Amino acid sequence: MARIIKDAAIVECDAQLLRFSDDGSFAELPANGLVIVPLAQYLAQKAALTSRGDFGVWLAADDEPESLGADAASLALIAVEFPAFTDGRGFSIGRLLRERFGFEGELRAFGDVFKDTIGYLKRCGFNAFVVNSDKNLEDALLGLNDFSEAYQTGFDQPLPLFRRRP
Amino acid sequence: MYIYDDYDQRIVDQRVVQYRDQTRRFLAGELSDEEFRPLRLQNGLYIQRHAPMLRVAIPYGHLSSLQLRKLAEIARKYDKDYAHFTTRQNLQYNWPKLEDVPDILAELATVQMHAIQTSGNCIRNTTSDQFAGVAHDELLDPRPWCEIIRQWSTFHPEFAHLPRKFKIAVNGAAEDRAAIWVHDIGLNVVKNEAGEIGFKVIAGGGLGRTPIIGSVICEFLPCAHLLTYLDAVLRVYNRYGRRDNKYKARIKILVKAMTPEVFASKVETEWAFLKDGPQTLTTAEIDRMQGFFTVPDYTAFAGDDVGFVQQQLDSKAFARWVERNVFKHKQAGYAAVTLSLKKHGAAPGDASSDQLAAVADLADAYSFGELRVSHEQNLILADVKQADLFELWEKAKAIGFATPNIGLMTDVICCPGGDFCSLANAKSIPIAIAIQERFDDLDYLHDLGEIDLNMSGCMNACGHHHVGNIGILGVDKNGSEWYQVSLGGRQGNGATLAKVVGPSFAQEQMPDVIEKIMAVFVENRLGEERFIDVFDRIGMLPFKTRVYAKETA
Ligand code: HEM
Ligand code: SF4
Repeated sequence: MARIIKDAAIVECDAQLLRFSDDGSFAELPANGLVIVPLAQYLAQKAALTSRGDFGVWLAADDEPESLGADAASLALIAVEFPAFTDGRGFSIGRLLRERFGFEGELRAFGDVFKDTIGYLKRCGFNAFVVNSDKNLEDALLGLNDFSEAYQTGFDQPLPLFRRRP
Repeated sequence: MYIYDDYDQRIVDQRVVQYRDQTRRFLAGELSDEEFRPLRLQNGLYIQRHAPMLRVAIPYGHLSSLQLRKLAEIARKYDKDYAHFTTRQNLQYNWPKLEDVPDILAELATVQMHAIQTSGNCIRNTTSDQFAGVAHDELLDPRPWCEIIRQWSTFHPEFAHLPRKFKIAVNGAAEDRAAIWVHDIGLNVVKNEAGEIGFKVIAGGGLGRTPIIGSVICEFLPCAHLLTYLDAVLRVYNRYGRRDNKYKARIKILVKAMTPEVFASKVETEWAFLKDGPQTLTTAEIDRMQGFFTVPDYTAFAGDDVGFVQQQLDSKAFARWVERNVFKHKQAGYAAVTLSLKKHGAAPGDASSDQLAAVADLADAYSFGELRVSHEQNLILADVKQADLFELWEKAKAIGFATPNIGLMTDVICCPGGDFCSLANAKSIPIAIAIQERFDDLDYLHDLGEIDLNMSGCMNACGHHHVGNIGILGVDKNGSEWYQVSLGGRQGNGATLAKVVGPSFAQEQMPDVIEKIMAVFVENRLGEERFIDVFDRIGMLPFKTRVYAKETA
């Protein structure tokens, strides 16, 4: 079972992330177990997924969280892919999901995720991290504590420092 | 000057710890080159031709004498006893060891300095007018706003990995001395019809491979909304800026592709969600920031100092220095002085440790212990009594920083080029030096009047060649170094991009080429006309004809 970071602890998780098949069609949904489906699949098979339950939705860096819109608030898990840690589009996606579309479930970052990006991700609303398999998970966890203060607003601290300075 | 509180200090101290760990993991092989690269770049560390290069942030170009002394000490201890001031008002060390950088950062942190976001694809050091707060033509002091932006942009979690680097400049005066039209975002302080102060927001300017003058995307942004609006601009750019091609990743390409109108409306839509949110600036915060940039303890003078007026009559050399290097102050009896780092024959923008320490002493003795860096790569003492100018001039001469050439042709903006930079196509420092030597006759130089000569060693345009009245660009032709000359660019109000004259020249031709350009200028000049005005009037052709004319024996 894969180990991920969730809510600042290391936990087991056996979610199955479904990708499009090679011919571009949607992957077959397994009978049971947690699945995370691409945004397009969710939008196309909303009813089937909802009745099956136990699913999450993942967004690629160029997917538009706007297309989930108000649906976001009803989902339990949304994952966002970071194809490279230098691709910061997912940061904006995280904030939009949390701050504009009222998503309160598990927000999971996967892809090129490691110690040096995890702090930023947390501030953008991510609370779960699938750390890049070549990186040490315990070490990555420490990245959440690199900074104890931040100047700007973030999902974790909605007040900027200037409103908190004594 | 802004002074850190416990929060600021903690953030910088924690950064040192974080970067030390990143360096350790890199050296231990836990981080690959590819992973470490963006991390070290966000801390201003390049790997250059000879050694790493470390760029230290000098937020909006402001320094205390204490900080400058520390910079001198670091140059002595970790580098080759000198440092280089850049067009982004920062300072670069050309020879630090990668392993020493954490220690250098720790030393910088003791004087409230750092290298955060001086490079990499994030929001870079915000730049401003070197005469901020003292300029006679100022509407509003931009420094508190720069500091507000500095704090907001420092480790901004959403914009830590943008498609490309991002630069913001703020100008608060009638004359733009911050090059706001060639920044990703330029902010110009303006007053609206109701007499309220706000910002005109310009987006999508920049130099480099595709130089573009920015477009106004908001005519009047009330001050309190500055940060929410910036969040909106950056969010649109972060999401839609191109990431497939680094040469097309800048906001200027996005603004151009969308058209400024569409870009502005996208920002407006995004802003509607953020406006009036918690990031909206409070009066208390604006007041707090402005409280750091109050006027120093000036002595009250009724008008110009009598002795100073006399000294100019007595010494032609002093008068000449005053004419070029002394800027009109808003406080009677005071002046702002530019120390020229463009001594003929020296690398533009370089200063030795001893010179740095000496300038710190001058700042203490004559300018309330503070100084500034200009984007033309000079140092400024902003609050000098007119009565002290003569004495200051003599001391500045002794350290080689009193060349009376500010705004003249030998006050070149020049990137380090092929001598240091691994991206260079050609050297730039030796060309600058050769031109300075050719125009070493100060009387002649002064007669030529204001001319911006800007030079870059490659199309990245670190030396702002596109906005030089005369621009020189190093190009590579079959593996050898050539120079392309352009004319007619200008920075500041009504910024324009220079046009290329024609085929490029060999290094040894360059002083002659510049001399021919000067000859055409002098022949066509009416009265005291500036070079750029003559160029506007007569156009490219006479210059082109002369520089490519066949030598007839
Ligand atoms: C020596 C190491 C340096 C390296 C590797 C370097 C690298 C670069 C690169 C890659 C760009 C390209 C930007 C683009 O495509 O937009 C650039 C632009 C720039 N650099 Fe440097 N640079 C160096 C030194 C300097 C120095 C010493 C200065 C100042 C004297 C400087 C100031 C600038 C400026 C102002 C730009 C801006 C162009 C724009 O506005 O688009 N750089 N640099
Ligand atoms: S213009 Fe080119 S050569 Fe000069 S510093 Fe920039 S990247 Fe290097």
